[in-house]
Amino acid sequence: MKNINLKYNIILPLVGLISVVMISCERGFSDDVELATFPSTAEVFTDTPVGLTDEFFISFDPAFGANTNGFGTDDNEAYEGSTSIRIDVPAPNDPDGGFIGGIFKDRGEGRDLTRYNALTFWAKGSTTATVGLFGFGTDFEEDKYAVTLENVQLSTDWKKYIIPIPDPSKLVQEKGMFIFSAGTQSTNGFGFTFWLDEIRFESLGTIGQPRPRILGGQDQTAQTNIGTSVPLIGLSYTANLPNGQNVTVSATPSYFDFETSNPFVASVDELGIVTVDGPGQGGDNTAVITASLGGVEAEGSLTVEAVDIDVISIFSDVFANVPVDNYNGFYEPFQTTLGGAVNENGNNIIDYTMLNFVAIEFYGRDGSGVEPVDATDMTHLHIEFRVNETVDASDYINMELHNNFTLPNGILGSYQITGSELLSNEWVEFDIPLSSFAGLTSRDALGMMLFVTDNNIANLSVDNIYFYAEN
Amino acid sequence: MKNRILSNKLKSIFICSSLFMGTMVLITNCNPDETQDVTNFTTLSKYDEFTEDGAPNPELWTYDIGTGQNGWGNNELQYYTDRPENVIVEDGMLKITAIQEEFEGSGYTSARLLTQGLFEQKYGRFEARMKLPYGKGMWPAFWLLGANIDEVSWPFCGEIDVMENGGSKPTIVSGAVHGPGYSGGNAIVKEYEFTDSRVDSEFHIYGIEWGPNYINYYVDDVLYNQITPEDVTGDWVFNDGPFFIIINLAVGGAFDGNPNENTIFPQTMYVDYVRVYSAN
Repeated sequence: MKNINLKYNIILPLVGLISVVMISCERGFSDDVELATFPSTAEVFTDTPVGLTDEFFISFDPAFGANTNGFGTDDNEAYEGSTSIRIDVPAPNDPDGGFIGGIFKDRGEGRDLTRYNALTFWAKGSTTATVGLFGFGTDFEEDKYAVTLENVQLSTDWKKYIIPIPDPSKLVQEKGMFIFSAGTQSTNGFGFTFWLDEIRFESLGTIGQPRPRILGGQDQTAQTNIGTSVPLIGLSYTANLPNGQNVTVSATPSYFDFETSNPFVASVDELGIVTVDGPGQGGDNTAVITASLGGVEAEGSLTVEAVDIDVISIFSDVFANVPVDNYNGFYEPFQTTLGGAVNENGNNIIDYTMLNFVAIEFYGRDGSGVEPVDATDMTHLHIEFRVNETVDASDYINMELHNNFTLPNGILGSYQITGSELLSNEWVEFDIPLSSFAGLTSRDALGMMLFVTDNNIANLSVDNIYFYAEN
Repeated sequence: MKNRILSNKLKSIFICSSLFMGTMVLITNCNPDETQDVTNFTTLSKYDEFTEDGAPNPELWTYDIGTGQNGWGNNELQYYTDRPENVIVEDGMLKITAIQEEFEGSGYTSARLLTQGLFEQKYGRFEARMKLPYGKGMWPAFWLLGANIDEVSWPFCGEIDVMENGGSKPTIVSGAVHGPGYSGGNAIVKEYEFTDSRVDSEFHIYGIEWGPNYINYYVDDVLYNQITPEDVTGDWVFNDGPFFIIINLAVGGAFDGNPNENTIFPQTMYVDYVRVYSAN
């Protein structure tokens, strides 16, 4: 392996290119010629970097642990030609940095990539490790059209990888030619090597079935206060490859065109930030936010219901959440429940399995400094449940709210939701008056919320937990 | 239309790889024995352009209904109907749609159209311009069966598969013949691979030119196979009588396996036209 010194490698081919252009320019351009604004060079790396900055590889910031030593080229390995890129992934405890990653950037003002529909490259690993991400569109400036393919498993022989461009028409001046990031999460901390070759943009007629998604493709609803903003998350783009396999990449909001069904209620900007603007007209306080990409309707939508409420949110993607100790207190030895907060296709939810009982704690357990919630001015608890199994009418969720939890003056209030109110594999929303929690005579220091099912419901998801009062 | 037959020794990937490669072959293979005029069929004898909205023309098309024996002999999963949900002419096309639904004990519905008893022809050019569905378990087909099937039974009647595709392979189609001694898994078959297109993203023309002792297979203007009596491991049953046309979209079964969690329903097979030519 040798470390790159590009100052020399790049100049010679450039001189050659210039001389060719000079020779072929003997007639000059007529006035009718419209020059393309930016070059459409496809190649990123063949045996040498093509049209990249002198640095060739621009590392992530070493201050955040990126190791800059492991990048170079290798004359003993190549898929095609004589040379490949060699990347040595460091161990997490390497004093020079525990992971490796960065970008290749166009040396000019950017390239016109509108004629291509994929970035392709060949890769080979010393072992079948998983690389954190590959992609393009990250230029360490705006990163406006960043696309990443995550968790890519290597093969120990050369293999071609295809990263689809969600909407090539956007890439009229792109500088971010390539990005990768690799650590040893898949190899138990053991370093490994991988090689890259023949990195280029291509136009492949064999890619099809474009499927953009927002919010992980789910239709979500949210009660949101007027004046608040919420970003659309879970943006992705799936295409079907020539071998019939689907590939899904993350894509930035700039690839999408967003739309609101009711501008009197909500607007959405080009970065996918939804802002609730008003209560609506004629009693219609809902707006449906949808998106499209390259003329293809994206799966997933956000139905915003404009409300005017005060909120103390325990767990929600819409409201700012108060700090909590945990979403699963793990009371051993009697508790069997596993699970906690998870990201389900771009939607953050709480997911419990083997549930007999479980607590969400927010009282300052073990001196954490988390403050209990003063819900004196709140009137309701909003909570959503999805039973991830068959549900019987005799099933139940016994909820408890504890005030001054663990203190001598602690009290609790309880409320039962029965199986007949729940649905199997579907979300059900509840707005429970806090006065319905029997025994909850004060709520100035709520610190624990308990769900007891005694295993009648063993698999339960919970979302959008907040106390509120209508103004 | 003029087509050249390339040497069978050449792999199909060479034939279809690119225009550039085609030019190379043309230049280097000047032996006239390797070319053959196949433009024998110029008289349009039957066609359906699917221009009239509604059910397909009943004077040309009939239907197989139900599940047949063992899923039409292939463990196919669909129940064939003639409901407009599954088969309709609109937008200038015939649309055959596979739907995931519980119906008469099956988990899917779809449609299978045939010209049996309504249009049958011996020899000719049979072609259809189609865009196919995608996803594992999709099995669209455009094929011919010997009209004497009820007398001599399959495979003695002969079967000419003009085009079959497995939805998990969006760049590959195949053409085949079945007959006595070379049916089912022993059929005489050849694949054609698109190198810069897909069956589900663009319309393509799938056709055969069938004459005495030969069947030529083509996709668009590329002739990718010729089957003659020398190629089959049994009697050549394709000089005996007329055949009828079948167009269907099967779900699951032997060809591409069953749908999986990534298969999206509904899926539609679009047929822009079916045209049949005969010799002058």
